[in-house]
Amino acid sequence: MNRVYRRCVYTLCIVAAMSIGNTLLGLLEGGPKHGYDLKQLYDRQFRQDRPLHYGQVYSTLNRLLKNGLVEENGVEAGGGPDRKRYAITDSGVTNVEEWLKSPENPSVYLQNTLYTKVVLALLSGRGAQDLLDAQRGSHLRAMRELTARKTTGDLADQLICDHALFHLEADLRWLELTAARLDELARQLTR
Amino acid sequence: METPLLQGLGLHKAFGPNQALAGAGLEIGAGEIVAVMGPSGSGKSTLLHCLSGIVRPEKGQVLFRGRALPSMSDSERSALRRTEFGFVFQFGQLVPELTCLENVALPLRLGGMKRRPAERLAATWLDRLQVADVAGSTPGRVSGGQSQRVAMARALITEPSVIFADEPTGALDSLSGEGMMRLLSETAKQTNAAVVLVTHEPRVAAYSDREVVVRDGRTREPAVTR
Repeated sequence: MNRVYRRCVYTLCIVAAMSIGNTLLGLLEGGPKHGYDLKQLYDRQFRQDRPLHYGQVYSTLNRLLKNGLVEENGVEAGGGPDRKRYAITDSGVTNVEEWLKSPENPSVYLQNTLYTKVVLALLSGRGAQDLLDAQRGSHLRAMRELTARKTTGDLADQLICDHALFHLEADLRWLELTAARLDELARQLTR
Repeated sequence: METPLLQGLGLHKAFGPNQALAGAGLEIGAGEIVAVMGPSGSGKSTLLHCLSGIVRPEKGQVLFRGRALPSMSDSERSALRRTEFGFVFQFGQLVPELTCLENVALPLRLGGMKRRPAERLAATWLDRLQVADVAGSTPGRVSGGQSQRVAMARALITEPSVIFADEPTGALDSLSGEGMMRLLSETAKQTNAAVVLVTHEPRVAAYSDREVVVRDGRTREPAVTR
């Protein structure tokens, strides 16, 4: 399919790539893994409908390796490049922590990334309440700006703001529902 | 730093075995709108009731202009609730036997004002909240949206320092709720009233200056991250 190459597409691709990198780092916090194991784990937790390609996994791991966020942790006997084991470095852990702490920009791709963060926070025993609270704050700030704009704008402006407000509200409803089910999710994930 | 208009500190309150509040607190300044959010049963309404002196906390302190509410006599607290505090609840809670005009005039009448001036002032508030046409109707004969506006006129007629609003748009459709919130926030800003706004609706909370989240009877304000 031809994709019109605009700046937003580029941004979305970069954001998605960053998100995969951080997710792989988060999964490596549980212990060193092969690329193959990582892909299986990633697909099972986050992408059952759209599995990661092996190419994506290895290119991401190479980037993380180059940036010092992971390191090689032994190679299995007789193995090719795909038998390398990767471990997260201290810088990698800091990276994951920063990523989990910072709220996502309120936008359409949000829920997927936020769900990923919730799962990783629970898997690593950090707890997800703080990140959900931070996200609620970020969303409400965006909603306050839109509400203020709406009260001074004309009808067209009001309707445009309402469209955004209803979407942000849907995100927040999902967030509250998730916050109420964190204990249950934590139990299922660590079973 | 300026003393907050209203302060709740370390509030505890249990109803039987249910610990509704377990150390909740909130501070609010004049002209500020604070949304109190949180899941059902988290203690939002109990916090509002403690702050407004409707419910006495078992532990903790509520200070209005630096003065402790629990140390006041019942009549002092009643007078405070009538003159300094205004209340808007989810279902208006108007007196069904009185007309809308009489409902709005009620706080002034209870304060000793004569009927005619009280009703004259009530009429101006009904007009301000765009429900002048229901003045002579009883609450049972007006819509939910109109009833809420009448209730808001009743809450605002004494020009209170603090307005306590508990799910004020809960019974309204989106458009009526929107109109209600716009009026509430505009009027509060004009009269420099503080608003404690209990809501679970993000679009309602978006009319606030900041939010406080209640969970398991405790309050927390989200850290400012960016």
